[in-house]
Amino acid sequence: MTGAAAAGSPVDGILATIPIVLSLAVAVWALVAAVRQQPPDRIQFVGLAVLEVALLALTVVALVALGGGDRPGEPGAFFGYLVTLVCLPPLAWVLARMEPTRWGSAIVCAICLVTPVVVVRLQQTWEVVGG
Amino acid sequence: MAETRAPERATNRGPGRLLIAVYILFAIAATSRAGLQIATRFGEAPVAYLLSALAALIYIVAAVGLARAGHAGRRVALACCSVELVGVLAVGVLSIADPELFPDETVWSDFGSGYGYIPLVLPVLGLCWLWRTRRDPA
Repeated sequence: MTGAAAAGSPVDGILATIPIVLSLAVAVWALVAAVRQQPPDRIQFVGLAVLEVALLALTVVALVALGGGDRPGEPGAFFGYLVTLVCLPPLAWVLARMEPTRWGSAIVCAICLVTPVVVVRLQQTWEVVGG
Repeated sequence: MAETRAPERATNRGPGRLLIAVYILFAIAATSRAGLQIATRFGEAPVAYLLSALAALIYIVAAVGLARAGHAGRRVALACCSVELVGVLAVGVLSIADPELFPDETVWSDFGSGYGYIPLVLPVLGLCWLWRTRRDPA
């Protein structure tokens, strides 16, 4: 049964859903700002910070599961995605600070659209071994 | 001797910064993918993996070229975007015409369909941006 394997994934469920939804919300907000020619505002930066906290929580849970003996299907890819993931909000933050124009908001939007994709890829690299 | 060439607009401001951000994302994606493929299963598809590594290198150099923004940076970026466009078109055509050539996916397989066709659009945007900034409007 694949159900048991899927239930064993530490990067699944609410812990993964929160950063995905949060990231998409920040992306939409940033897109509106970019369209309205506005630079990144406080909400975007707070959103990026909260997103980073959510991703770090996901990382800690994944590392705890690894410490407990669980192994991802593709360990190399899993760690690659995990490291990339926690670097994305800081990258958006730094670039948005450097670019206080509408294009800064566009950068936040672009990176917040990529983040959910990386979360989903992270989940796939954990589960592949059961399939 | 003083430089007589018309001044160029910086490539690392405004839309250029967004372009650099996307190039950085692709540099990370392609580098990690190629690194992992070469480290863990190079023998399976050496051509595809070396191509991934080449693509990764080009994304990195293009990002640096755009970010440096000087005349040299522009030429580097121009070369990278051109190679990228030719590469994604050539690999796209070849991977569909003869799938045996690329048994494993690369960033440029099927015109970058695995990455939302962004690898196909990115060099075009890069070239457009370099063209737009060839003169300083100020």
